[in-house]
Amino acid sequence: MKKKLTTVMFRGTKAQEEQLIAVIEKYRDTQGAMMPILQEAQEIYGYLPIEVQKIIAARMDVSLEEVYGVASFYSQFSLNPKGEVAIAVCLGTACYVKGAGDIIDRISLKLGGLQAGDTSPDGKYSLEATRCIGACGLAPVLTVNGEVYGRLVKEDVDGILAKYM
Amino acid sequence: MENVNIKINGRDYSVPANSTVLEACRAANIDIPTLCYMKDINEIGACRLCLVEVKGARGPVAACVYPVNEGMEVLTNTPAIRKARKNNLQLVLSNHEKKCLTCIRSTSCELQKLCQEYGVDEDYFEGESNHYDIDDSSVAIIRDNNKCILCRRCVAACKEMQGIGVIGANDRGFDTHIASPFEVKLAETSCINCGQCIVACPVGALYERDDTDKVFDAIADPTKHVAICAAPSVRATIGECFGYEPGTDTEGKMVAGMKALGFDGVYNMNLTADLTIMEEAYEFLDRFQNGGKLPLITSCSPGWIKYCEHYFPEFTDNLSSCKSPQQMFGALYKTFYAQKHGIDPKDIFFVSVIPCTAKKFEVGRDGQCAAGEGIYDVDVAITTRELARMMQTAGIDFKNLGDEKFDEPFELGSGAGAIFGATGGVMEAALRTAAEVVLGKPLEKLEFEDVRGIEGVKKATYKLGDVEVRVAVASGTANAKKLLNSVKSGETQVDFIEIMACPGGCVNGGGQPTQPAVVRNNVDLRSVRAAVLYNADKAMDLRKSHENSAVKALYDEYFEKPNSHKAHEILHTHYVKRGLY
Repeated sequence: MKKKLTTVMFRGTKAQEEQLIAVIEKYRDTQGAMMPILQEAQEIYGYLPIEVQKIIAARMDVSLEEVYGVASFYSQFSLNPKGEVAIAVCLGTACYVKGAGDIIDRISLKLGGLQAGDTSPDGKYSLEATRCIGACGLAPVLTVNGEVYGRLVKEDVDGILAKYM
Repeated sequence: MENVNIKINGRDYSVPANSTVLEACRAANIDIPTLCYMKDINEIGACRLCLVEVKGARGPVAACVYPVNEGMEVLTNTPAIRKARKNNLQLVLSNHEKKCLTCIRSTSCELQKLCQEYGVDEDYFEGESNHYDIDDSSVAIIRDNNKCILCRRCVAACKEMQGIGVIGANDRGFDTHIASPFEVKLAETSCINCGQCIVACPVGALYERDDTDKVFDAIADPTKHVAICAAPSVRATIGECFGYEPGTDTEGKMVAGMKALGFDGVYNMNLTADLTIMEEAYEFLDRFQNGGKLPLITSCSPGWIKYCEHYFPEFTDNLSSCKSPQQMFGALYKTFYAQKHGIDPKDIFFVSVIPCTAKKFEVGRDGQCAAGEGIYDVDVAITTRELARMMQTAGIDFKNLGDEKFDEPFELGSGAGAIFGATGGVMEAALRTAAEVVLGKPLEKLEFEDVRGIEGVKKATYKLGDVEVRVAVASGTANAKKLLNSVKSGETQVDFIEIMACPGGCVNGGGQPTQPAVVRNNVDLRSVRAAVLYNADKAMDLRKSHENSAVKALYDEYFEKPNSHKAHEILHTHYVKRGLY
């Protein structure tokens, strides 16, 4: 999958930056440190925006592309922050055959065309298409901020979203 | 290094123990096809074109990364190998935009040649293909990822060879594509426009912005006075576009070809190389003797200038304020020549032909309008390749042209000007002049051999009378980075530095004729092409910039003396500090 670039403004704090710098210093003499640094950076910020990758590149004395190449390669790295309302729709096999595609389309429609992998520019909503989350018995299933909703039909979507608006 | 005994296709060979199978085969004059392989900088075994059979191995192996060992038996031309290579070519082709007829690399494309050799059926694997927008944001370099085969040679050239790395592989799997971080356009990055990615590309995914139509249009416009000047190294390489071996001097034919294109004046940039030396040698002596900012760093290479501005902005005050020879020529032409011949500089269309894509950026820089605001010193800079294409379009039979000479009054260049095109050449030329100015008498030996050759960083100390001048020369920006970091740390103390953005200098510039991997990996183009320039210098009586009568006349008639007020107005410029993307 092509990585989605974010349109959400960066809201990093001084404290987060200090944490990040400490992480980079910790791995100063470690070979192949890019992966653990990116992982810990994502723990600090929740995602890996350009502002964060620039700090990493400068302090590791590598080009920004070298950081971005790795960040865009691995699916666990996100270039988008999770929204305040983080919606994840399971597109595993069971959910998919039970109509998860319709569910995600309905959510997208309700949220102004937000696509899987996107976060709305105001940072309020994020929509993610996940692989199987192990709740096949409830298919099709989605989660909002970790709360699970199962055995859905597309008409349920509006009611669920209304709770978080 | 000890040798090991191996068998290739049933015959015995003794090869160095640290060779790869590919190197062993090459030494045995057995050609193995490659696409992604670039000696030393891109040995990644990605394209799978160099597959060979090794007895005992589980399957075919990539020769470019597979080490030899004692008793190894290699087969390079079995039915299974031929089939595997053909299959891999078909897979490459399945996601390659096959617009060969209109492709800039048609007939010089490495993929096209291999497909022909292996009898590839282009529709063998039909399926989905990627579609990308062409990135034409840069004034110099255009990327068409629809033709990219993901060999990563451009990435290696940018990162490993030049130490820059503004491009790389983004995303993964079928979505993998070569681009800049966060998908920004090339023009927004800290790309220095050196064009080493272009000459590394085996296909038509990277090419220079074509400005030949602008030149043809100007020639056809009767109200325009259209002049062209040729950089020192172009005469050493343009023959390659017409089938000559690398290292063939075709100055006379090049001049004849340019005249046949219909320019109003065809001139020798070696002359303004000499003029640059006059300005730069005096600038150096002034800084050296009067406590100015040192080390002085040369400013001829626009790729290096942009590199300095992006990556070492703390050194921009060390840069010589001299314009490059290209810019000096245009400036001189639109002031001195225009006044002398009563031509309105607005009616002059000045073209330079250069081995360089970064010059396309340089022409539009601030501080390059000597004849007045908006009147750029140089209107269009075309590469060696573009000039060759113009000649081909115009039906000029290059090989059968007779030798002709540059036009007066700008026909004369010294040997010092000629060697500008090779790394160390500017330093040597400047030293010839600076030394004679300081000593007040002719040098016994004109060759400064320590600054010659293709080594990435060269250092030397020369005694001029009772003073010592410490010099350093770097080519390729990765080497420039090493040198500047060592100057910064105080480890290297020098007075005068020459830096060229491209490894080996202009002879190996990003605007030079492309050569396929098989040539680039086996012939040192830097040395072979530079030899043309050093031989030309050696054969000349006039070998010092300050003895060039045409340059002397310019000072007598117009500039008065080096670094005069007028010279500063017309022949010098300024720099900016750029951020890093």
